[in-house]
Amino acid sequence: MSDFTSGFWPIYISVLTLLSIIGTWVFLKKQTTRKLAPGEKPELMKHTWDGDLQDLNNPLPRWWLGLFYGTMVFALVYLVLWPGLGNYAGVLGWTSLGEYEAEVKAAEAKFQPVYAGFMQQDIATVAADPNARAIGKNLFLTYCSQCHGSNAEGSKGFPNLTDGDWLYGGEPETIVATITNGRNGMMPPMGAALGEEGTKAVANYVLSLSGRKHDVALVGAGQAKFAENCAACHMPDGTGMHALGAANLTDKVWLYGGSEAAIIETISKGRSGAMPPMTQTLGTTSNQEAKLHLLAAYVYGLSKKQ
Amino acid sequence: MISHESIEKNLGLLIVLTILIVSVGGLVQIVPLFFQTSTTTAVAGLKPYAALQLSGRDIYIREGCVGCHSQMIRPFRAETERYGHYSVAGEFVYDRPFLWGSKRTGPDLHRVGGRYSDAWHVAHLMNPRDVVPESNMPAYPWLDRPLNDRAIQKKMRMLNVVGHGYTEQEISDAPAALKGKTELDALIAYLQVLGTHAPKN
Repeated sequence: MSDFTSGFWPIYISVLTLLSIIGTWVFLKKQTTRKLAPGEKPELMKHTWDGDLQDLNNPLPRWWLGLFYGTMVFALVYLVLWPGLGNYAGVLGWTSLGEYEAEVKAAEAKFQPVYAGFMQQDIATVAADPNARAIGKNLFLTYCSQCHGSNAEGSKGFPNLTDGDWLYGGEPETIVATITNGRNGMMPPMGAALGEEGTKAVANYVLSLSGRKHDVALVGAGQAKFAENCAACHMPDGTGMHALGAANLTDKVWLYGGSEAAIIETISKGRSGAMPPMTQTLGTTSNQEAKLHLLAAYVYGLSKKQ
Repeated sequence: MISHESIEKNLGLLIVLTILIVSVGGLVQIVPLFFQTSTTTAVAGLKPYAALQLSGRDIYIREGCVGCHSQMIRPFRAETERYGHYSVAGEFVYDRPFLWGSKRTGPDLHRVGGRYSDAWHVAHLMNPRDVVPESNMPAYPWLDRPLNDRAIQKKMRMLNVVGHGYTEQEISDAPAALKGKTELDALIAYLQVLGTHAPKN
């Protein structure tokens, strides 16, 4: 794209380009000696270097000379066909944007029929289709694996998608909403409110909820503090709440670790787990809807396979 | 026409003519770019890097991130599908120097802004394999130390010379904006703003 701030620049470019091509041509023509007649001796150059070094003015080999002129002809043909001279667009009308758009269009035409079929099915049906799963896996590896891992099992702070445990719910619509809008999970730090002993007590009560090793003496005090400070989000029975993304504390899934030390850290410092909205990321070309559909189906299928 | 011999025997003339011939390419290909709207005007919404982002950018340069990560999404479908909208010239008017890079050992980073959470960047920079087991990126554990960018105001004034347009207020607030931050905070602030003004389509 040429959008020069003044009309001078296209002329400047064109004149310099053409002048250098023509100049090279003239220079070459001027410096070329004619082909020697049979038996003719090449001319001896006048200068003598270092006492006895002299030059013979031999003509350039014709094939080599031909290549020189060839490059100039090539340049001129190029400048006629493609953009190069200022604002002149070239006979072929080529642009990099045009080439890109043609490439995208060709891909759309190729993939649209495949996607259209899946778009007519609901997510549970798509999830069961091996072809859709293959596409979904590619999409997952491109857009999701950096956080959730290439095997979708996540890591500390990044949820495992294969275990059937969901912070926000695992229904197809919820998965679509999560991918589209992202999530902002936030557990406030409770250390100041609970104090050091209170935090330890609550941690031990939380450990008891899933039957992990805990200090029985602390459970009673922990339970009282839990009801007061934690139950609003994690529910009185500790099973969590999908609407807020509050984790279920009674199962064996621990996003930030299930040791006493890890739980104490979580309670005292709080946690925030953000997933960015992925619509911007799912490529800029069309078929975004279809990609979202296939991706949601793949994620839905991951937990159903277990 | 000047003869071959007179050029060869006159060193000054030889130097001048050589420079002239060699610079034609630059005169035609580089100089006009300074006089194009698309290369000199910022895309809508683009602002000069804020103090913390500017410091982070210098850490990006110091750690040599540009050696393995490009910041240039080419207009090929394979790239726009993976990274997002192809890069346009107007997105780089506040990049001095450019960090386009020329090698992708890791992925392109031009549209990395907003793609991952801050927590992900912290975990990933401390040890990439904690979140991406297959990664061959080195860990940068030392970045979790206090940011010490005493030259920040000088840098902003310097960039104003070439038209970044920081206000006096922004420059005087800069040290406060960096106070208590780690190098990690600065680098992440820079990464999170990268490529966030992609043209809308």
